[in-house]
Amino acid sequence: MLTKFEIINNDLIVKLDGELDHHTAKTVREEIDREIDENNTKNIIFDLEGVHFMDSSGIGVVMGRYKKVQRLGGETGVINLSSRVEKIFKMSGLFNIVKKFENKKEALERL
Amino acid sequence: MVGKNHMRLEFLSKSQNESFARVVVASFAAQLDPTIEELADVKTAVSEAVTNAIIHGYEDRVANIIIECTITEDEIEIIVEDKGKGIDDIELAKEPLYTSRPELERSGMGFTVMETFMDKVDIESQKDVGTRVMMVKRFESCQK
Ligand SMILES: Nc1ncnc2c1ncn2[C@@H]1O[C@H](COP(=O)(O)OP(=O)(O)OP(=O)(O)O)[C@@H](O)[C@H]1O
Ligand SMILES: [Mg+2]
Repeated sequence: MLTKFEIINNDLIVKLDGELDHHTAKTVREEIDREIDENNTKNIIFDLEGVHFMDSSGIGVVMGRYKKVQRLGGETGVINLSSRVEKIFKMSGLFNIVKKFENKKEALERL
Repeated sequence: MVGKNHMRLEFLSKSQNESFARVVVASFAAQLDPTIEELADVKTAVSEAVTNAIIHGYEDRVANIIIECTITEDEIEIIVEDKGKGIDDIELAKEPLYTSRPELERSGMGFTVMETFMDKVDIESQKDVGTRVMMVKRFESCQK
């Protein structure tokens, strides 16, 4: 799993590439949390274009980051979901707490 | 027509074996000529059952997980078995959003994912003996 970060005006964009399961979730979680803490992050945006596999462990990762930024009034967005990942998001009710956007620009504007 | 086929796989309950397990089962299922979508359903369900065996069954202790797959006609039966701590209340465990380990950032969606992606899911479990998850997937693509 490859994790890339971009920071725009205190918003953290997390681009994930690879398979998000229980094995990879641990490192991904630690890396994101470090970025959030070091950069005084407000909102977090997940770019999931490169995620070609995700199971319930991925739900836990997104939910956990949602809770973390929410404590400081931040919101969570998601862009570029494959139809598979979208299915899992729908099933778990993640769209009740995480907003889906067309692209990075829209997410940055609307969060 | 593939006829009947069977395989058995035994591996250690290490998290790096999660991707190994789902790739092996998907490769075995491939002889039924499933669609990409059907194969992704199988991979996700296997990943859920194996992850549960590692996290809940063995609670990160290293022991053996066994997967058995049987192909008959147009369907595959997949059994994922651990000899770990077992499930106290299966009905409760199956409920969406129920997890016994919220502190590990589990969402309680594993069994719901398995039930959504597979045609049948049966759980057998006994305290301190272990858990067997039996799943069946029928491939529409080979019902011709
Ligand atoms: N192999 C197992 N051995 C012992 N207990 C299990 C096993 N599989 C599941 N359980 C129990 O059933 C509960 C529900 O499992 P399920 O996979 O639905 O959710 P989860 O693993 O807690 O969270 P998630 O799968 O969303 O990360 C678990 O919290 C656990 O208590
Ligand atoms: Mg689970």
